[in-house]
Amino acid sequence: MPGKSFIESSILVEGLGRIGDLALFVVEFFKKFWRRPFEWRETFIQMDEAGSKSFILVSVTGLAIGIVLSMQSRGTLARFGAEAVLPSMLALSVFKEIGPVITSLVLAGRLGAGIGAEIGSMRVTEQIDALEVAALRPFNYLVVTRVIACVVVFPILTIWTDMIALTGGYLESVLASDMDYRIFFNSAFSDLRFSDLIVDTLKTSVFGFIVAIVSCFLGYNVRGGTREVGQAAMAAVVLSALLIFLADVVIVRISITMFGGV
Amino acid sequence: MVESQTFSGQHRPPHSPSESVIRLIDVTKSFGEVDVLKGISFDVSTDSSAVIMGGSGSGKSVLIRSIVKLVTIDSGEVWIRGERVDVLDGHDLDRVRLGIGFLFQGGALFDSMTIAENMDFILHRHSDLDFADRRLRVEEILSWVDIVDKIDQYPSELSGGQKKRAALARALVLEPEIMIYDEPTTGLDPVSVRTVSELIVRLRDEQNITSLTITHDLECARIIADKVHFLYDGRILESGTLHELQRSGLPELRNFFGTSRF
Repeated sequence: MPGKSFIESSILVEGLGRIGDLALFVVEFFKKFWRRPFEWRETFIQMDEAGSKSFILVSVTGLAIGIVLSMQSRGTLARFGAEAVLPSMLALSVFKEIGPVITSLVLAGRLGAGIGAEIGSMRVTEQIDALEVAALRPFNYLVVTRVIACVVVFPILTIWTDMIALTGGYLESVLASDMDYRIFFNSAFSDLRFSDLIVDTLKTSVFGFIVAIVSCFLGYNVRGGTREVGQAAMAAVVLSALLIFLADVVIVRISITMFGGV
Repeated sequence: MVESQTFSGQHRPPHSPSESVIRLIDVTKSFGEVDVLKGISFDVSTDSSAVIMGGSGSGKSVLIRSIVKLVTIDSGEVWIRGERVDVLDGHDLDRVRLGIGFLFQGGALFDSMTIAENMDFILHRHSDLDFADRRLRVEEILSWVDIVDKIDQYPSELSGGQKKRAALARALVLEPEIMIYDEPTTGLDPVSVRTVSELIVRLRDEQNITSLTITHDLECARIIADKVHFLYDGRILESGTLHELQRSGLPELRNFFGTSRF
């Protein structure tokens, strides 16, 4: 069907065009990152926006992860007489994978939508043009600051979520088997290596970069009105989540190659 | 030649009346297959108030955006005060832009900031004034546009006319020698149309600010225009005084003036 293939090919061309635009946006970021003006104040404001205002959200998420993971695993481990390895299993799961990925996804939902909508509405109301004609370098002010903020804040919030999740697991263990906290935490950290913690926590900086750059890109390039701003916000969350999963696979593969598996 | 004073009390050097402040030579711009500007040429002389009129989709907004390089032209030349702008970039472009104030159609006020912050944000980055002096300048300009009582309010708390005046105040904060107005009276009630139009005239007469305005509002054009260029289908169809254009026998002009708001 010639019509269908034409549509498919135009979607493909448009998709490839968007990927190309995103790649150019990333290149632009690295070019502008080194150049004045450095918007330190705005960067700290964005860190506060991304960090302290996400604090309760990631704390609740972490607590729920720890409690549920502990409850779900206890029965299975008990059947094999391996209940004692629960803290260790919980710590490995949380620190190596569940904590970083879930925290990043939760933050992608909150920050990705927020950044996409905020920058998108600034675009359609000509606020970005107003920055441009006032010689205020909107890319530095809006994009570079948000990307730096997310790169810094994601690992910090991930460590916090990991600790809360582990605490949640401990609380569940206390309720279920009255486990002593020293035994729980000694066992939890016994199988964790420092390299695991570093790589698996710092990979969230990459996730933060992805969320911020994708959301800024979609917001910055909005054309149209409020409908398109909403679409940009939604696309920011969806695309960020997909790219987080993709990046996770690549980073885990590289980390296993470099540092070995558990 | 009249010498004038800026808001900060500095004397603006007198210009020769024949000096061309804005000059466009054979400017073209296309978006995909659509030719929006098809060889635009005109001059705006010192301390004058030029108006570009035309119907929707005639290319007015693209034209004035190309003057401050918010839109990159395909061919032709744009000159501001003897400097070719369309080939400038980076700091050179910033330097030229800082001499131009731009009033956007919707105001484009930064909605997360108060009116004072909107103005101080620009002033702080482009002047050596301390906070007290900056505040004084902000108050002085807001008094001039008669909304000093709104200084600490957010844009969302202002009426349409007040927003336009606040945006005008922000555009004036760096004391530009040229003002560009994008539909300054669109969406305003007749009283606000007159108020904003008279402010534009006062800026020309009291501050020797050269202005270029795009509008389809006849009342606004009648108050502010020294010379009117009529844009039709990407071309300047006719230039002259408003009176001359209204007497023109061209069917496009007759049709436009017959349907325009008076």
